[in-house]
Amino acid sequence: MTPLLRVEGLVAGWQAPACQAVSLAIGAGEIVGLTGPNGVGKSTVLAALAGRAKVFAGHVERRPGLRLALQTQEVPPVVGLSLAGSELLALTGASPEGLPPWLAGRLDLRLDRLSGGQRHYLALWAILAAPADLLLLDEPTNNLDAAGVAHLVASLRARAAAGLGVLVVSHDAEFVKVACDRVLCMEASDVE
Amino acid sequence: MWNEIFLVPFLTGLVLAVLLPVLGCYLRLRDEWLAALAYAHVAAAGALLALLAHLPPALGGMLAAGAAGAGKRALAGRLAGGAAYAFLLLAGWALAVLLTANQPMAERLGHALFDGQLYFADAGQLPWIVLWLLAALAVLARLSRWLLLCHLYPDFFRAQGRKSWPVQPGFNLLAALSLALATMNLGVMGAFALVFVPPWLAFRRARNWRGGLLLATGFSVVAYGLAFFAALHLDQPFGPVLALVVMGLALLFAA
Repeated sequence: MTPLLRVEGLVAGWQAPACQAVSLAIGAGEIVGLTGPNGVGKSTVLAALAGRAKVFAGHVERRPGLRLALQTQEVPPVVGLSLAGSELLALTGASPEGLPPWLAGRLDLRLDRLSGGQRHYLALWAILAAPADLLLLDEPTNNLDAAGVAHLVASLRARAAAGLGVLVVSHDAEFVKVACDRVLCMEASDVE
Repeated sequence: MWNEIFLVPFLTGLVLAVLLPVLGCYLRLRDEWLAALAYAHVAAAGALLALLAHLPPALGGMLAAGAAGAGKRALAGRLAGGAAYAFLLLAGWALAVLLTANQPMAERLGHALFDGQLYFADAGQLPWIVLWLLAALAVLARLSRWLLLCHLYPDFFRAQGRKSWPVQPGFNLLAALSLALATMNLGVMGAFALVFVPPWLAFRRARNWRGGLLLATGFSVVAYGLAFFAALHLDQPFGPVLALVVMGLALLFAA
């Protein structure tokens, strides 16, 4: 089956290359983890796949018509904004179905009236549940408690079972072990 | 009051009192409320230049503000740290004040724009302003989701392959032209008061985005009406009265 994404010898960066060459392929229904020490370029690889960072070398091949969804480490600036949770989900086309009970009943509240953790999970859900074929996640477990991480794992598995491909950058070894089908580790040398 | 000399300007300003707070909500979302002041000052300078060139001031104001809105992105690229709007504001203000001080033809209009005396729109302009309101609201309704998405999830917006035009440059142009129209009719600070204060209140008090737009608009219309009658009754310049009414009511309801 044609992979959703195939990457060969990708060297990505901003003003200069920020990572060693990376090669990987992600098929529909696969959850692939990308780990490695800080500064090795994991987030930069993700940014390059989403068209943000520059590709200095290598090749990125996407399935024609591929719909991408990208979650970054930056938190949406919702404090002080009169925006309800339901309106946030509507922006990305995310369905509220499957939200954890501690959040499902709070969608009519302004986002800045939620707790930090609730707000973070809802902002993540807006990307996680958006219509997409391939989901790129950058440290999704930041600021999540154990219940949040467990719900995230279950939701990723459910979406993957429906055909979504996922590439997740994470330093959370436990999360990666439980959520991912396979894991690639970026180090100072080439990664395959 | 129901004499046409007051009714037409009242209705013209009322239409703008509906549009400005809606625009202001999106400007505030993008942290670009200073843009309103910049566009208003550039429009004032453009209107005065047009007057001296024996062209309709409103046309000059809209052309100048439109050029500022269209060129904002290029200017922002060259002037880091958000200085583009400050530079536009200063340039517009300086040129307008110098024209007012040195050109007798420009003196009356210049004072009207900055002191806040109502610029008396004639009956012929009102239908055009109503049409502009309807067109602007229709455009904003289409752009709304993308403006919010651009601000909250810019990477998601780009990853989905969406193009910046017509969302961001289109909105800049719409805001600039609308502020120019408003400046011609309400004065520089009167227009700014309606673009800044109602959204400020809405962001504090509304329960959601849609509610915020309605709150900002309703508040603006009520404040405008009260200010118009107060200025007329007290025989005072409209701009400062509007600013005081808007601010006073907003502080009353903000807590």
